[in-house]
Amino acid sequence: MNVSEIQTFEHDVLVIGAGGAGLCAAIEASAQGMDTAVVCKSLLGKAHTVMAEGGMAAAMGNVDARDNWKIHFRDTMRGGKFLNQWRMAELHAKLAPERVRELERWGAVFDRTKDGLIAQRNFGGHRYPRLAHVGDRTGLELIRTLQDHGVHQGITFHMECTALGLLKDGDRIAGACAYWRETGRFVIFRAKAVILATGGAGKAWRITSNSWEYTGDGFAMAYDAGAELMDMEFTQFHPTGMVWPPSVRGTLVTEGVRGEGGILKNSEGERFMFRYIPERFAPETADTIEEADRWPDDPNARRPPELLTRDVVARAILAEVKAGRGSPHGGAFLDIASRRPADYIKRKLPSMYHQFKELAELDITKEPMEVGPTMHYFMGGIRVDPDTEMTNVPGLFACGECAAGLHGANRLGGNSLSDLIVFGKLAGTGAAEYVRSLSSSPKADDEQITAIFRAATDILNRESGENPYLLHEELQDTMQELVGIVRTGEQLSEAIERIGVLKKRAQNLKAHGTSQYNPGWHEAISVHSLLTAADIVAHAALVREESRGAHTRLDFEGEREEWGKVNLVVRKGADGRPVVEKVERTPPPRYLEEIAYAKIEELESGKVGADAPDGV
Amino acid sequence: MGSERTFHIWRGDASGGEFKTYRVPVDQGMVVLDAILRVQATQANDLGVRWNCKAGKCGSCSMEINGKPRLACMTRLNTFGPDTEITVQPLKTFPLIKDLVTDVSWNYRQNERIPPFKIGEPGPDGQYRMYQEDVDRVQEFRKCIECFLCQDVCHVLRDRDRKDAFVGPRFMARLASLEMHPLDVEDRIPEIKAIFGSGMCNITRCCTEVCPEHIQITDNAIIPLKERVVDRYYDPLQRLVRAITGRKLRTRPRKLPMKS
Ligand SMILES: Cc1cc2nc3c(=O)[nH]c(=O)nc-3n(C[C@H](O)[C@H](O)[C@H](O)COP(=O)(O)OP(=O)(O)OC[C@H]3O[C@@H](n4cnc5c(N)ncnc54)[C@H](O)[C@@H]3O)c2cc1C
Ligand code: SF4
Ligand code: SF4
Ligand code: FES
Repeated sequence: MNVSEIQTFEHDVLVIGAGGAGLCAAIEASAQGMDTAVVCKSLLGKAHTVMAEGGMAAAMGNVDARDNWKIHFRDTMRGGKFLNQWRMAELHAKLAPERVRELERWGAVFDRTKDGLIAQRNFGGHRYPRLAHVGDRTGLELIRTLQDHGVHQGITFHMECTALGLLKDGDRIAGACAYWRETGRFVIFRAKAVILATGGAGKAWRITSNSWEYTGDGFAMAYDAGAELMDMEFTQFHPTGMVWPPSVRGTLVTEGVRGEGGILKNSEGERFMFRYIPERFAPETADTIEEADRWPDDPNARRPPELLTRDVVARAILAEVKAGRGSPHGGAFLDIASRRPADYIKRKLPSMYHQFKELAELDITKEPMEVGPTMHYFMGGIRVDPDTEMTNVPGLFACGECAAGLHGANRLGGNSLSDLIVFGKLAGTGAAEYVRSLSSSPKADDEQITAIFRAATDILNRESGENPYLLHEELQDTMQELVGIVRTGEQLSEAIERIGVLKKRAQNLKAHGTSQYNPGWHEAISVHSLLTAADIVAHAALVREESRGAHTRLDFEGEREEWGKVNLVVRKGADGRPVVEKVERTPPPRYLEEIAYAKIEELESGKVGADAPDGV
Repeated sequence: MGSERTFHIWRGDASGGEFKTYRVPVDQGMVVLDAILRVQATQANDLGVRWNCKAGKCGSCSMEINGKPRLACMTRLNTFGPDTEITVQPLKTFPLIKDLVTDVSWNYRQNERIPPFKIGEPGPDGQYRMYQEDVDRVQEFRKCIECFLCQDVCHVLRDRDRKDAFVGPRFMARLASLEMHPLDVEDRIPEIKAIFGSGMCNITRCCTEVCPEHIQITDNAIIPLKERVVDRYYDPLQRLVRAITGRKLRTRPRKLPMKS
């Protein structure tokens, strides 16, 4: 293989991923004068972000003027069970409103309030109506706005181009290797900085709301390049995925249904969530149906328990099913039909209406939906500096779902889209500053490049070997069964063992056919990342001996104080296997700690937090 | 349950190909995309197909199913007779890459030619205000998932191959979404006439019929744009008003890079 004959591009900044995070990062890097390119596996505009439904959280206070960054910050920390990076939660809460208004200036058309401002809706864990939205297709609005704005900013877009691995020059980053899906040809991107915005790895599970793209490529590339991952034990199972018919099992039902007034019932018709209110949230949650029904019209009524955080609701549904009170296909009933008029439902939740009508032959304005937990989101990911988004590898940045820190042990709905626009932009700034600080351009040697490409061609050239799709399915069964919503040490150890066996077998995958648009080959390549991500999750989950947020250990119930002081950081050991380390959390500034732990009345009356700076 | 169905799937690339027949076990609620992915996993690992969301939200899985342009992920098998054989082939209007995958990059180039959103001044309080009733029609166009089914079916592009003269229904809807945006101050009417080709459409409404988002492309986007063009160029009353008020509206298009 002669490296000089391989197609090569040179850029200041290479962004891998064209979802909300990648596009924001690229727009900012380009605005800072960087020669910027974006690569993505699908066509432009098709990334996961397009599927987001409910909205993006930003304390603009357009609907309820009592809202502000402090309350958003407090909600985020409580939702994350105080394992979030303080500084990231602060930056996010402070910067999100301006980022949302920026989208409007770039042409986004959000739903409006009566006064003509951006409307905001209620969502789980958010005290006030906070989610800027467009019906239930907010992600589409976000990605299209960024795409239509982005194509006029002088950025180079390379669509259907999959990154295979990162390049380094000594310690620092020097670019990435990739292939074109259409032709299978290889391409080298030499870049001074690389921003990963590749999203999660939900496809390691059988039941998931995620698309084929979510194979954890960014996690694996960063890990292989020596970057640290953090909080990987926290995988979010969204409480409401479709459960029937089988072909759509896992497809998301937006939390917006509950935000708009939908309620959960078991097979006995009981509104069971009242029995699952955690102590921490009891003072702010309605404890009778009568009170819940007065909300939100009565400002003195507390929020209904259906809007508790996702970890709580997912576990409650699981418990109801286990107790024999599940719906016919093993879920719970989500009822909005009896709560809101049909035309309201169709206006506020048009794509849910359409989705159930077309795929389940069910009219959600007339009948309840059947829903159950579905693997949805990675709170954990690549560890970054909160202000610059740089990893421990100089020149390597990460933002969006593939980065860790903002969400802690559990993410609030709507906090991902706002994460993308806040930290995407910061990553763009961070990368530009880093590039400006360089005195010489990095250059990767040829050996690294040929090693990456050789691993990919071996899959095609092998005489015979295993079917990559079927091996992937075995991994999905393993994760579904052993690394689910509730876990035990025994299960996790077994998962690690089984993943180890799959890893060995994966060295002998075979793709038939040529390299031209060959999904079998693409699948085989992504199995490496899937196994890497799954292995790391299982290792971290085994180490954390407590139950917190989205990580529930049946053998270690409840939150343990000592575990609230550490995040788990994973890096690749000398033998290639994950090394998990407990890292002490840095103490927050006094004002943040006071706000996070304040009683809501103290915060709202100004008794606490009045002296906190509003700037960043 | 437990039954099988016959699929004829186009296999091949620009140099040629043929329909291949596959028998697929059928589950309840299955859609055409499920069947294709089943074939891919078990019988033809290298079968080329695009998809992402599997819920009608991303517009990736466009293809022609028993002759109709449709989203494969939203086409349930039980909408066909129990013994009906299903034929799937790639979009005809765009060059074939392989199997069910076509080269739709022409569409992306059209989008780049459209003068972008340009915002006016905020209100006196520094806020931009728009009212729901004023954004309803723009939001209709912004539902577009860029599946390009309308582009595939429009005879101007499909049969007459006039990609040089008409951007197609998808981008007429996009132009309408910009022209009708309450905060936008750009003027694209001369280009809509002279470059984007509003006159090429003869209102057959085939595009509207296939749109999975039920956007009224012809009636709500294209016809109003045609009317705006007529007003600008041919309406004597408008000219008079312009002469009296001294308002000058452009009639000559800017030069836009021709990419096709
Ligand atoms: C159905 C659904 C509904 C959701 N609803 C909401 C909501 O209402 N509110 C909310 O806040 N969050 C929501 N989320 C979560 C949120 O949408 C995602 O977390 C977020 O969009 C992720 O954005 P991102 O930019 O990090 O990555 P993505 O948008 O997933 O983009 C990842 C990009 O990386 C690229 N990529 C990956 N690997 C490679 C590689 N090897 N080479 C090249 N490119 C690569 C992909 O092609 C893609 O372009 C929802 C998620 C789902 C699945
Ligand atoms: S109405 Fe116009 S744009 Fe639509 S298909 Fe007919 S000719 Fe094409
Ligand atoms: S207008 Fe409708 S048919 Fe055309 S690309 Fe958009 S969603 Fe598809
Ligand atoms: S896969 Fe997204 S529309 Fe069909």
